Amino acid sequence: MTTAVIKPEAKARNRSLKQFLNHRAAVASAGVLILLIFTAVFAPWLAPYDPYDLAMTDTGMLEFEAPPSRTFLLGTDAIGRDVLSRLIFGGRISLTIGLVSASISILVGSILGVLAGYLGHWTDLVLSRFADAVSTFPALFLILTVSSFVRPSIFNVMAVIGLLSWMPTFRLMRAEVLRLKQVDFIEGAQALGANNFRIMLLHLMPNAIAPIIVQATLGVAEAILTESALSFLGLGVQQPIASWGNMLADARNMTVLQSQPWLWLPPGLAIFVTVLAINFMGDGLRDAINPRKG
Amino acid sequence: MIPFILRRLIQAFFILVLVTFISFIIMNMAPGNALQTFIDPRIPPSELAKAEASLGLDQPLPVQYLRWLKAVTEGNLGYSIKSGGGVLELILSRLGPTLILMGSAFILMFILALIIGIVSAAKPYSLTDYIATFTAFAGISIPGFFFALTLIYIFAVQLGWLPTSGLRTYQENLTGWSAFIDRVRHLVLPVTVLAFTGVAELVRHIRSAVTESLAQDYIRTAKGKGVSPLKVLTAHALRNSWLPIITLIGVALPRFFSGSVIVEVIFAWPGMGRLLVDSVFARDFPVAMGINLFAAILVLLGSLLADTLYAVADPRIRYE
Repeated sequence: MTTAVIKPEAKARNRSLKQFLNHRAAVASAGVLILLIFTAVFAPWLAPYDPYDLAMTDTGMLEFEAPPSRTFLLGTDAIGRDVLSRLIFGGRISLTIGLVSASISILVGSILGVLAGYLGHWTDLVLSRFADAVSTFPALFLILTVSSFVRPSIFNVMAVIGLLSWMPTFRLMRAEVLRLKQVDFIEGAQALGANNFRIMLLHLMPNAIAPIIVQATLGVAEAILTESALSFLGLGVQQPIASWGNMLADARNMTVLQSQPWLWLPPGLAIFVTVLAINFMGDGLRDAINPRKG
Repeated sequence: MIPFILRRLIQAFFILVLVTFISFIIMNMAPGNALQTFIDPRIPPSELAKAEASLGLDQPLPVQYLRWLKAVTEGNLGYSIKSGGGVLELILSRLGPTLILMGSAFILMFILALIIGIVSAAKPYSLTDYIATFTAFAGISIPGFFFALTLIYIFAVQLGWLPTSGLRTYQENLTGWSAFIDRVRHLVLPVTVLAFTGVAELVRHIRSAVTESLAQDYIRTAKGKGVSPLKVLTAHALRNSWLPIITLIGVALPRFFSGSVIVEVIFAWPGMGRLLVDSVFARDFPVAMGINLFAAILVLLGSLLADTLYAVADPRIRYE
């Protein structure tokens, strides 16, 4: 009995995996992302210098605004810190913020979505209009405004981004639950006397996971971009902590933009490559999961 | 059609009420109240409490909300802490440049998305398709400020072709044609950055819509009759695809507003987005929240307009 239930699902999963592996851009992107995560996790061992302190050459010299050389592969910044080391540690911050913010928004969106979809009636009406209302505000407007009166810290940046971007997940989860409610097994569970909480947590949410995963991937990309914009404007991650966004803030100075491209080009490219890879992977996942597209 | 639009209007009204509600709550989360920010700190707390009572600031929040809502419907969005001027007047003075920026970006986005979408739908899985798709993906993946800085570095710093800031060249008194050209030159870089943020989504819709209609029978008929491939694409396939694209206008608007913040800051464009960043840094919460509310209302009107256009243009909606 159990095997009969599991088999078709396993087959579907295999097909999805095959689909995903056929998507060359997505596979390449997954490789890039694994490399980035590896770099972020092992940052203290990979970074050649301390990202927060003056970097010294072998001969004990300090260099300020030095262009890339063999000692400092990506040069140094205005206060003599090694750019490569800051880039590696900055990736840690940017990726963490992206992942945590997206997790918060997925969690909030899924819970509200399953409540709206399953309970229906007034709960649905109020939550749906609430989601509409929050997404009527331009996202960055609201995030900037709220960021201005909370203390700027990594935790607050994650909370603000996460709590203000749950709406797409909410809509997706709600639609999935509305669809699943028509399926027999939910009725079966109800008939067996399962309570609402159990049905939502054990029957509805796990079955809606596929589209949510795609949404989560895109959410991470979006959150990384938002964090970088906030930090670039000076309202996100604060110095001396490095994030890819605040490393670019220096380039608002015309001299830096003009004659010290090593200060702003690498972090900018890092954000671009990361977000591009996540988006391509999300696209591959979407194709793999969506059974209509063959 | 009329019932559809009516239903949509009622829905929009509820959203509007919620939008004001959210604005009010966020404004109350901001540190300090209206009085504390305007008043001399040496005034004793007892006097302050009296003044607060006379302004109704000691009333329960729901009462305060209703009073605030009444003022908002009369066009009073409060006063700037920094300049003391009316928030609405301040916003309206910055609206023009933002609308010019977003309007131009919208047109450019549409043209870019049409070209990319049609090219990739005409020859799916070809090299051009891959390049077109990649361009669209790059557009949503590149941070606006990095794209802007790169464009400034290439076209202003290295090549010296285009100006990097402001609405126009303020030092010279240009008139007529040369003034217009000067304005356009100032628009090129910010508009390009803003346009690219929305291209990818539009391309995805155009590509799938055109691909879908290319598989229809009437396309085969048109081809069979000897209609040229270009005409089949533009006159037959695209014609039936552009309707759902209208509704995307409503979706694109909030993203454009978000994008305009970065673009206006980098290119010193005197619009709403820059006003928002300035007021956020000056802790001028009434202005910041006023901009949020104002933009939200514009977005709501935009999506309402898009849905109405859609209902007018698509006869099937009338029978829904």
